Amino acid sequence: MTTLDSSKETQTNNSEVNETHEDFRMFGLITFLIADGMTFAGFFAAYLTYKAVNPLPDGAIYELELPIPTLNTILLLVSSATFHKAGKALLKDKNSDSQKWLFFTASLGIIFLICQLFEYFHLPFGLTDNLFASTFYALTGFHGLHVTLGTLMILIIAWQSRINGGRITSQNMFPLEAVELYWHFVDGIWVILFIILYLL
Amino acid sequence: MTISIDPQKTNNESLQPKGWLRYFSFSLDHKVIGIQYLVCGFLFYLIGGTLASAIRIELASPMSDFMPRDVYNQVLTLHGTIMIFLWIVPVVNGAFGNYLIPFYVGARDMAFPRLNAVAFWLIPPSGLMLVASYFVEGAAQAGWTAYPPLSITTPQSGQIIWILSVLLLGGSSIFGGINFIATIIKLRRPGLKLMQLPMYCWAMLGTSLLVVLSTPVLAGTLILLSFDIIANTGFFNPVLGGNVVVYQHLFWFYSHPAVYIMVLPAFGLVSEILPVHARKPLFGYTTMVFSIMGIVVLGLVVWAHHMFTSGTPPWMRLFFTIATAFIAVPTGIKFFNWVATLWGGKISINSAMLFSCGFIINFVFGGITGVALAQVPFDIHVHDTYFVVAHFHYIVYGGTVFIIFSSIYHWFPKVTGKMLNEKLGILHFIITFIGFNLCFAPQHWLGLNGMPRRVAEYDPQFQFVNQISSIGALLMAISTIPFLVNVFLSVRNGKDSGDNPWNALTPEWLTSSPPPVENWEGEAPLVEEPYGYGKEFSEQK
Repeated sequence: MTTLDSSKETQTNNSEVNETHEDFRMFGLITFLIADGMTFAGFFAAYLTYKAVNPLPDGAIYELELPIPTLNTILLLVSSATFHKAGKALLKDKNSDSQKWLFFTASLGIIFLICQLFEYFHLPFGLTDNLFASTFYALTGFHGLHVTLGTLMILIIAWQSRINGGRITSQNMFPLEAVELYWHFVDGIWVILFIILYLL
Repeated sequence: MTISIDPQKTNNESLQPKGWLRYFSFSLDHKVIGIQYLVCGFLFYLIGGTLASAIRIELASPMSDFMPRDVYNQVLTLHGTIMIFLWIVPVVNGAFGNYLIPFYVGARDMAFPRLNAVAFWLIPPSGLMLVASYFVEGAAQAGWTAYPPLSITTPQSGQIIWILSVLLLGGSSIFGGINFIATIIKLRRPGLKLMQLPMYCWAMLGTSLLVVLSTPVLAGTLILLSFDIIANTGFFNPVLGGNVVVYQHLFWFYSHPAVYIMVLPAFGLVSEILPVHARKPLFGYTTMVFSIMGIVVLGLVVWAHHMFTSGTPPWMRLFFTIATAFIAVPTGIKFFNWVATLWGGKISINSAMLFSCGFIINFVFGGITGVALAQVPFDIHVHDTYFVVAHFHYIVYGGTVFIIFSSIYHWFPKVTGKMLNEKLGILHFIITFIGFNLCFAPQHWLGLNGMPRRVAEYDPQFQFVNQISSIGALLMAISTIPFLVNVFLSVRNGKDSGDNPWNALTPEWLTSSPPPVENWEGEAPLVEEPYGYGKEFSEQK
């Protein structure tokens, strides 16, 4: 019914009209990320309210070890920088450099997820143990889902920015820029999460 | 960066279905999607209306004799959910928004046409899923609010399907909201200033901001609730150390703005309809814009007035009472502006105008009870009684649904090129108006006298008033018959309307009726004064 060429968000049915307009896909993405951020805001609000008003049962463990999450914070911050490098390289038409930086970013994401799972398996509490445990897993799990999706998207755009026949070039930067913005967003959320969940 | 559209690579027109078949396709045309929203929403309205009739039949007698009590709970849950998420929100936002906004901003389509189609096609499956959940161990029973612990302890499968369905509908709503914001802000025709937009654009901009800011919170809350139900966590389960009030806060953070998501677009639509049929400019355009934005901001900070009986501390009660009372200010400004628009106008009494006037009458009534409900002492007295039911229905039925019908009468010639029959339309209005007030006005009395809502059985002393209310509901059910007959007859052999039967000045009337696929034959017209009716009159002199 429609041609599924996703690089063209705006299509016209009238073949006589050839229109040019500003690209506002980034605007749409930012609006979506604001919405996504509100989901996290809801979770954070719930967590902070629980912390303020709901006492945990005696003997509940709610102290968290800091080394792994600190490492994770560094991993994500570095990955933001490497993603930025990928964009710069692509702008200078150095596609293979860009691809290398993208793969590097994706591996940082994967290491983050492995560390997160390692932390999960070594925590002294499970999902249903108490309110703190449930909220902890819900928050980090929801963020982990975002990292997983982000890593998959980075791998996809790394494949798409290959030299021969890839659709991402310095002329068509949007997919890379979109994933980059999303990745920075996920990093930012992690920093807030790290402060609220681990440091407070 | 700009996107240029290569005519060779755009839609292959020969592949697009023609005629009525395109309404069943994944069409990207905003006008097709608008009609899809409207018809789909109306079908769900008929289902939700049938459920409402079942509720009123049950309540015609004090005992639960028409259906078992748990079925009654399922019926009222489905009635509420269907009417809100599948009829009012999709129709007043999705249907009219999609149809009108691209015209109003002078565009050929929405900003993201494919996202638009996805947003619509999420609705029919989730709606069907919701209705079908009745056949799986019974539908959800916890009301449209799904308060825990009730929603955790009632049969699980129905509740989980309810959550999934509402999540999908919420997603659809967010996609729609993103699309409207991008279209209104970014896709305006060059030279068209924000303050020249028709009022419905402002209403949709405000509504979409609310959708984008609050719907995700509901999604997060429902995800946590589903964990409580299927994974045995204790977020909202007091037995496991959870906190039910947190659910209420998060739920109402969405669901109070949801009231504005349902009623702000109706404010916009009535602001389009009144000037046309009164032949006068919209009174107080700038104050209207600021009122809408004021309602958006205040609407986000009043949610706890639904929770005055949930052990909220005194400072919270004070804050939310004051904030809620403040909302009466922008709403009152809008109300007076509409009356002032009508004042001294050359009013034509037709179905669209009658329904809009019905809206004004009902809405001021619902607004007054709303201000009363914001006061803590009064709210504690009538909390969870039929007073709240009456107030709510005066806003969403007497307000929004009246405007939906008004809009259908107003824009039917635009969509089909045919006029609706005025006699049947006026009959429809009279039955709806009498039925509606007969049904819901007595419920104020019931609530003040302490009849609780959401129960199948009640004290026999309330029987007579409940029967009056049920007769009103019967009239409301009957009122859809002249409407449906009217639509079917008019689509087949209605009078030709011409391009602009109302001599309106807003942009959608400046093209042919029905409009061509890309809205305009040539370039989009620049409408600097969408309400310049007085000018037109003085120029004629």
